[in-house]
Amino acid sequence: MRNLYAIYRKEMGHYFLSPVAYIVVGIFLVLSGFFFNLTLGAIIKASLEESMQSMQFGMAPHLDVPGLVMRNFFGVTSFLLLFMTPWLTMGVYAEERKGGTMELLMTSPVADWEIVLGKFLASLSLFVIMLLPTIFYAVYLFLHSDPAAPWKLLLSGYLGLLLLGSVLLAIGSFASSLTENQLIAAVITFGILLILWVIDFGARGATSGTGALLQYISLTRHYDDFTRGVVDTSSLIFYVSFTLFAIFLTLRAVDSMRWRRA
Amino acid sequence: MIEVQELTKAFGDVKAVDHISFTVNKGEILGFLGPNGAGKTTTMRILTGYLPATGGTAKIAGYDVFDDSMQVRRRIGYLPENPPLYLDMAVGGYLDFVARIKNVPPGERARRIDAALEMAKITDKRDELIKRLSRGYKQRVGLAQALVHDPDVIILDEPTVGLDPKQIIEVRHLIKGLAGSHTIILSTHILPEVSMTCDRVVIINHGKIAAVDTPENLTAQLKGGERIYLDVKAPEKPLRDALGQVAGVRRVNLEPRGGSGRFSATIEVAPGQDVRSQIAAKVVGQGFELYELRGVNLSLEEIFLQLTTEDPAHKSAA
Repeated sequence: MRNLYAIYRKEMGHYFLSPVAYIVVGIFLVLSGFFFNLTLGAIIKASLEESMQSMQFGMAPHLDVPGLVMRNFFGVTSFLLLFMTPWLTMGVYAEERKGGTMELLMTSPVADWEIVLGKFLASLSLFVIMLLPTIFYAVYLFLHSDPAAPWKLLLSGYLGLLLLGSVLLAIGSFASSLTENQLIAAVITFGILLILWVIDFGARGATSGTGALLQYISLTRHYDDFTRGVVDTSSLIFYVSFTLFAIFLTLRAVDSMRWRRA
Repeated sequence: MIEVQELTKAFGDVKAVDHISFTVNKGEILGFLGPNGAGKTTTMRILTGYLPATGGTAKIAGYDVFDDSMQVRRRIGYLPENPPLYLDMAVGGYLDFVARIKNVPPGERARRIDAALEMAKITDKRDELIKRLSRGYKQRVGLAQALVHDPDVIILDEPTVGLDPKQIIEVRHLIKGLAGSHTIILSTHILPEVSMTCDRVVIINHGKIAAVDTPENLTAQLKGGERIYLDVKAPEKPLRDALGQVAGVRRVNLEPRGGSGRFSATIEVAPGQDVRSQIAAKVVGQGFELYELRGVNLSLEEIFLQLTTEDPAHKSAA
């Protein structure tokens, strides 16, 4: 465990020292804040129109503003993450291999899994830190909504983001372990994510067996439930399994570094 | 302490290391001498557990480097050709990280980091960012990381490259000082380094071992004898005759020095005999004027050139 902590600590230190992390987190927060603002404005406008219409017909307004805003917000954020996380993970292994420090790690009494898990947990921690400020938007929303907003939605939404994030980070780390070049790692990550996204596109509305399989593999399909306040155990299992699978592949890649020509 | 037997490493068809065998005894400093591409770095990478071998075995402190890799890694300090530095970290922080992953107990860490900084003479750079250091200081940080956990075995790949002459001397002193309590393998293509610091030398070329011995023995072995150099004034023929009469003398070569009647004589003597006093006695006894007499060791340079450029199949009879 001590080795795991040592690696985790070092990784976190590097994230705070590297400009990339600050830039990515900064851009993410600016964009997510912008979209939150946009979404909030649009939905309030829509709800005003809706309540005017329902007053005409003598019906009570039934637009769940906070719920809708959060749903849209989570949706947009997940999309944002798809673009931002590859930049966070591209250097995780590639930079070490380039700098020769991978050799240090692999000739020290540290197990490969300790390296992989330590790095993954650090990237996940950074991810959580990146998401933390967005809680302000939710708190703001909830303080100002009447009647009270659904807490369940908030929790499930962030859980969904966390699970999605862990898959993205695991895929990104794996891509980084394949190359010494950070940019190539980022490109590979985008490629994989694009393929998964396209699978989702092509699988929408499909009714055949293959269609159902493709739908299951799609990252975003499982995520939608979380945004609606539904925590589906099969989706949970999906995300965790996918993450573990990517971590396993990374472990294999790290081991294979020993077999490549110097 | 270190046993290597028939170690082989092939990358596809190319044999980077070809059935090499050698041992290093506890407390010894072994030099690994060879031109670039000879297989030195590959061998070290196998010993440190970074590369798996294709064949043969290597054991450090009785542990097989592949089967018991963790045990081996706990006992070795390794400085690769390019020191494995985290440029963004400060020297002290970096050594702290290395101490952690080398399993130095928490209570001892601070002390060992101080000791390592001291040995590498970089105590004043503790808070400096590594990327700001010069090449020479970076190399010393690399040395410090190999020492921070006080390992039994230290493996150094070209430890003095990039250092200025003063620093090179300091590092060699440091390495010599570590012998006895530590077992050391160092690789280099700098010839004087090996004769200065090492107890024994392994000469490797094209993945194969060309010679293993002490620097002194290698000298004697190759030339098959000693050479003695004379600066003497005498008529040529009588001098030649006189020298040839001394038992053990195999060949005499006389080079005139200017027109003074003096000669630089190089005498080849059969191995194992020190006939300097006999020659001195003979020369003086004949009434010749002796200006200088000394024994000449074939320097390792010449051995090296001979061993690695000579085709064994065409070696002429000694």
